[in-house]
Amino acid sequence: MTTVTTLAPRTRRNVELLLLVFAVGIVLLAYAGVGIAVNGTLPPSLLSYGLGLAALVGAVHVTLRLRASYADPVLLPIATVLNGLGLVMIHRLDLAQDRAGASSFAFRQLVWMTIGVVLCLLLLWLLSDHRRLQRYTYSAMAAGLVLLLLPLVPVLGKNINGSRIWIGLGPLSFQPGELAKILLALFFAGYLVQTRDALSLVGRRVLGFSFPRARDLGPILVAWLASLGVLVFERDLGSSLLFFGLFVALLYVATERRSWIAIGLGLFVAGCYVAYLLFGHVQTRVLLWLHPFSQKALETSDQIVRGLYGMANGGLVGTGLGRGRPDLNYYAESDLIVPSFGEELGLVGLFALLLLYLVFVERGLRTALGVRDGFGKLFATGLSFTLALQCFVVVGGVTRVIPLTGLTMPFLSYGGSSLVANWAILGLLLRISDQARRPAPQVEPTNLSQDAPTEVVRIA
Amino acid sequence: MNAPIRRLAAVVLVLFGTLLLSSTYIQFVQASSLRDKPGNRRTLLENYARERGPILVDGKAIAQSVPTDDELRYRRRYSTAELYAHITGYYSFVYGAGSGVERSEDSLLSGSSDQLFYRRMVDLVTGRKAQGASVELTIDPAAQKAAAEGLGNQRGAVVALDPRTGAILALVSSPTYDPNRLTGHDVNKVQDAYKELNADEDDPLVDRAISGDLYPPGSTFKLVTSAAALSSGKYNEHSQVYGGARLDLPQTTSDLPNDTPGPCGPGNRVDLTHALEISCNTAFGSLGLTLGGDALREQAAKFGFGDRLNVPMPVTPSTVPAGMNPPQTAQAAIGQFDVRVTPLQMAMVSAGIANKGVVMSPYAVKTVRSPDLDVLEQARPQELSEAVSPDVAAQLTRMMQQVVTGGTGTRAQIPGVSVAGKTGTAQQGKGEPPHAWFTAFAPADDPKVAVAVVVEDGGRAGSEAFGGRVAAPIAKSVMEAVLNR
Repeated sequence: MTTVTTLAPRTRRNVELLLLVFAVGIVLLAYAGVGIAVNGTLPPSLLSYGLGLAALVGAVHVTLRLRASYADPVLLPIATVLNGLGLVMIHRLDLAQDRAGASSFAFRQLVWMTIGVVLCLLLLWLLSDHRRLQRYTYSAMAAGLVLLLLPLVPVLGKNINGSRIWIGLGPLSFQPGELAKILLALFFAGYLVQTRDALSLVGRRVLGFSFPRARDLGPILVAWLASLGVLVFERDLGSSLLFFGLFVALLYVATERRSWIAIGLGLFVAGCYVAYLLFGHVQTRVLLWLHPFSQKALETSDQIVRGLYGMANGGLVGTGLGRGRPDLNYYAESDLIVPSFGEELGLVGLFALLLLYLVFVERGLRTALGVRDGFGKLFATGLSFTLALQCFVVVGGVTRVIPLTGLTMPFLSYGGSSLVANWAILGLLLRISDQARRPAPQVEPTNLSQDAPTEVVRIA
Repeated sequence: MNAPIRRLAAVVLVLFGTLLLSSTYIQFVQASSLRDKPGNRRTLLENYARERGPILVDGKAIAQSVPTDDELRYRRRYSTAELYAHITGYYSFVYGAGSGVERSEDSLLSGSSDQLFYRRMVDLVTGRKAQGASVELTIDPAAQKAAAEGLGNQRGAVVALDPRTGAILALVSSPTYDPNRLTGHDVNKVQDAYKELNADEDDPLVDRAISGDLYPPGSTFKLVTSAAALSSGKYNEHSQVYGGARLDLPQTTSDLPNDTPGPCGPGNRVDLTHALEISCNTAFGSLGLTLGGDALREQAAKFGFGDRLNVPMPVTPSTVPAGMNPPQTAQAAIGQFDVRVTPLQMAMVSAGIANKGVVMSPYAVKTVRSPDLDVLEQARPQELSEAVSPDVAAQLTRMMQQVVTGGTGTRAQIPGVSVAGKTGTAQQGKGEPPHAWFTAFAPADDPKVAVAVVVEDGGRAGSEAFGGRVAAPIAKSVMEAVLNR
């Protein structure tokens, strides 16, 4: 009889620590670079700022050692470097636009980052097993839909930058869609893991695709209508694409039926086309996308054009942090932060950022592969994929792959709701990845060999 | 569920691959064309932050960037601004590099030219402040001044060339303007000045010497007709041609009269030299009829008509219309009908005759130097075309000398120097006074300068000599200024 020895997987926490030191180092170098470029000296707050950043991510690191020691070691360092570089760029724009002290965007972003980190810590401490979240499937749906539709409430909703995806409470404004995407990912995962059998097994084959029964089409139609509602009433193609893409992707993963993708994409394209024919604001977006330099488009908005000028100014290697003019762009610190980085860090820097996102997403999907329960797989897939889609919508918007819409770049952009939501996503992914990589509880082998007539081999 | 997750991971790869491609397209492939878009404020700011190179005449800066305290760092200043306005053009924060050398040599002056690439890289590494190249012009300040003073407040233009090289010695268009008004950093003031200059009926922004609406050349075009006649081999400077009081235009009921009443010579005959000397319309009209429109066109083209020249400012091509019928040809032969020229073109006609028949390409930029004074570009005189043979050129020179010694152009005589020239009176419409023309070169035996002068509304109908009286002295003083150096 051969003995199967289980190799204890390593926690990789020390790798994470090393990467974290590296990440904080990069951020501080960038911060110092901005100071030298703009003021000619090292920023006086370099040390305190560095210690603050190190303390925040250090807390997460220690928590991981204690509460989720097998969590993926790459996710936190990537989030750190992205969030940190975002802060540096926001600080750099503060300097250019004379915002200082408590009213500076960088300070506010730092506060939001702290809140995000605390939320991440709370998730890691309080949620020992992600499967407990499955209980809240339908509450998540309700909460998610409410959040999604909240901006349409007359008094609460605010129309900013042509999109109605904000709510305002006094001086505070908030993008509820950012939190809704987590709740909806949770709902889709919980719902699909229950119904996947019905959705995947029943149906008939047409043209090589097996199509589902009409009654099983219900949920996807509801999701489609909801996303179209977002497109038409909140005027936000980005969120619309995000939610619908998330739903279709999870539907596909849950059922393993490619027909869902065909149906989903078909419905989305058809819906967008009809919306284009019917609504002026959609037509305007398309005009700005396809012909940004035309006279008619420039009269409406030169947002994209300015972003393009910025990126072109950066060229291959960029102007260097603090040496370009990203402050000439609108929303240079939020929706259009990507052109800001493109300008100052160049194509090289932009590639580096995009690859960081790619690695983050792929690590998230890797977690989905590794985790053993269906809910966890779908949830992790959903969280990772929304992040990928969001990157695509934002960067694709500024580089004219798709029409530009108002979404934030995860971790990078200025914006409290987005930052908090993304730290929550990080917390959830860390929790699930801990489960995915943690060795299965050992069953006493002696009992098995004595009592059981057959050998149980565990396939991880 | 793992297989679809893996496929989804591949989809994510494709999505990010798309983003890498699209950002490469913008930041690498399209970057330079985006940077050159007219509305790109960054490029303008960047160009302003770089010290723009000076424009020099005879070693002295006529345009240079001086430091300022505001965001734009530098402001363009023009010394003796109005004298050189049409040569320098203006470099405005609001309107960009507008006209003149500022526009034509923008990439060198601003330092963004590929020729300065190495220098820029060095600057980037060493942290030295980037600077544009300096552009030295061929202009002779004395000639330029003489031309501007000669025109005074009359509308018109003067061009002087070195016939041996094509170097432009003077380029004056009147009225002029002060480009400093357009280079301020107060946007509203600049816009007001620009609107005012554009609204001015005298079009001070237009460079009449090389562009603008073009002029009918009047009798100065008889030089081209003479050249065509002599080059045909059927005539020489002493050939007797028809010289009646009126020339019957075929296919029409109207005649072509002489400016002065009566025939040009006894028995309605006149020799070619005398015909040019007194600017006999009927003689050149009948020559035009005999030679034909195509011959005139071909001869004109050999002098540079129809060429798109850049000196480096773009020059509007002068034209002789194609497919003229006989009466139109007769009119064209004396510089009327739809023949249209720039003063530069008429200077090139004289210069070609002066240079033994060879027209040199005109140019205004002598040397371009990088900020470290390395020569980036050095003008090399180039032949544009051979307009006439040396023999024909010699005959034309003798004929033109006769114009100055005893004909319509006596006012261009310079003591001790033989001058060759031709007057012109170009009718522009009924009731309006004609333009006065004069083109000349000197010394006739060893030409050093060729010049063309047009004074708008400066002529008097029926008196060729009157045009000579207005335009010839200006040409004379410009030539003197060059010869006295």
